[in-house]
Amino acid sequence: MALCLTLVCLFSSGILAAVYAVTYQPILQASQKALQESIGKVLPEGGTVSEARTASFGGQEYEYYVSESEGEPLAYAVTSSVNGFSGTLKLMVGVLPDGTVCNTAVLECNETPGLGAKCQTDEAFISQFRGFSGRLDVKKDGGDIDGITASTITSRAYTKAVRNAVELVKSFNSSEEE
Amino acid sequence: MSSKLSLITKGFIKDNPTFSLVLGMCPTLATTTSAMNGLEMGLATLFVLVLSNIAISLLAPMVPDKVHIPVYIVVIAAFVTVLQLLMQAYVPAVYSTLGLFIPLIVVNCIVLGRAEAYANSHGVLDSALDGLGIGIGFTLSLTVIGIIREILGSGSVFGWKFIAGDGILAFVMAPGAFLVLGYLMVLFNKYLKKQ
Amino acid sequence: MEYILIIISAIFINNVLLAQFLGICPFLGVSNKLSTAVGMSGAVCFVITLATVVTYLLNQYLLIPLDLTFLQTISFILVIAALVQMVEIILKKISPALYQALGIFLPLITTNCAVLGVAITVVTKEFSFGGEAAHLLNLGESVVYALATSIGYGLAMILFAGLREHLAMCDVPKSFRGLPIALITVSIMAMAFLGFSGMV
Repeated sequence: MALCLTLVCLFSSGILAAVYAVTYQPILQASQKALQESIGKVLPEGGTVSEARTASFGGQEYEYYVSESEGEPLAYAVTSSVNGFSGTLKLMVGVLPDGTVCNTAVLECNETPGLGAKCQTDEAFISQFRGFSGRLDVKKDGGDIDGITASTITSRAYTKAVRNAVELVKSFNSSEEE
Repeated sequence: MSSKLSLITKGFIKDNPTFSLVLGMCPTLATTTSAMNGLEMGLATLFVLVLSNIAISLLAPMVPDKVHIPVYIVVIAAFVTVLQLLMQAYVPAVYSTLGLFIPLIVVNCIVLGRAEAYANSHGVLDSALDGLGIGIGFTLSLTVIGIIREILGSGSVFGWKFIAGDGILAFVMAPGAFLVLGYLMVLFNKYLKKQ
Repeated sequence: MEYILIIISAIFINNVLLAQFLGICPFLGVSNKLSTAVGMSGAVCFVITLATVVTYLLNQYLLIPLDLTFLQTISFILVIAALVQMVEIILKKISPALYQALGIFLPLITTNCAVLGVAITVVTKEFSFGGEAAHLLNLGESVVYALATSIGYGLAMILFAGLREHLAMCDVPKSFRGLPIALITVSIMAMAFLGFSGMV
């Protein structure tokens, strides 16, 4: 009885190990590809993208990538996560060294379908961030970003994620000048 | 031949897992925010259902009665993990939308229910066909619920938008899931169920 | 502060039944009477918390170091099944009264997807509360999350059982009797719970 159960368990684990071995590379590639695509989307063309680096700023850990050309940083791609309306909202934010936003991409979004989840598709909202250098707050809070209709919390969270990324990049500059 | 065919078709209406047997409510409610999501979840369950039915119909004679439930659960969990790994590797976007509900196929009462009620005591071919039929029935129900919720909630079908504007958002959110399933069950009881 | 946020969000905002759709089958199955609903909620609360602790430790100290995380689903469900059996045996010995109250619900819990759902959620999903960065929960937070989730389960279940007892006395049209009207009632409850969203 116990033998039978053990055998079935061992056999299943064996099969799983085999499948795991076969799919290991494709899984890694798929997740790498998604990350690379989002980095490519948010950074300006040209330059070579560095390996992942980490920085801590304002009590948060950030992972970021630098695109460099001839030793000079062209732009930074920062992964920035904040608390959205329901769960975590994780963005990849491209920022130029002077603090101008280059582009944004959503990495992880658990927002309400049809409401907050529009932050992935609402072109009017997303396009505002391209080349943006004004005040990163929604208009309700006195900033320059038009929120998504009926999704103030998501819009705020999205804007905050971008703002955190920009502030991180600005902190690189000030520490270099010192 | 017709008996083999009826093995498959009985899952569509007579033994429809959602409306007639009322099994597997969690994925039915959670993943039907759009027609596509419902269809994908249905197909994922179909995959596990067919394979576990085949494996269990082969294993059943060798398994002592006392441990048959744990053995079946292990077999089902193994197939679910295979599905998880394959989806992560080849359709990562779908995997991340369906999320938690892929591993939860393990505790979907449909799968264990068919193993216990059918595959346990029937041949390989019949069990496979039974799994296929019930799986298609489940996929159909999920897709129908998904289509209705997507039309009412976002004004589109399979992502094709034909009503401008936002739609009735409550239908995409949790309350809409219960409401649509409730009313579909009313219609099913009234028109399709054998009295 | 963080624990309070976890508790409020797990009980009200992301209620396991009404927003995450976990554990619906027993929810619809045993909510006919208030007393059985209370018994089931107690048993679920107990098992979810215990299972989360055990699976968390299993994942942290066995599966991750050995690089066997692909065995998560299969090992978690086995642990839960074994745990439920064990709880049943221990309860029978130690507290026959409690066993009397919870006993009949225990075997049902193995296939309650809320248990496996919570166990998988705490080891895979990143949470962020308040202003801090998203991170996986540590053991303490996992326990609080599991406990709060099961309290949310109990709350929804008991409220619903109360409604259903009244519903039983109503003259419901024939096609609506049983599950359909129950589902429509849950829908209205879920709508009420939507009001909590955005609180945290």
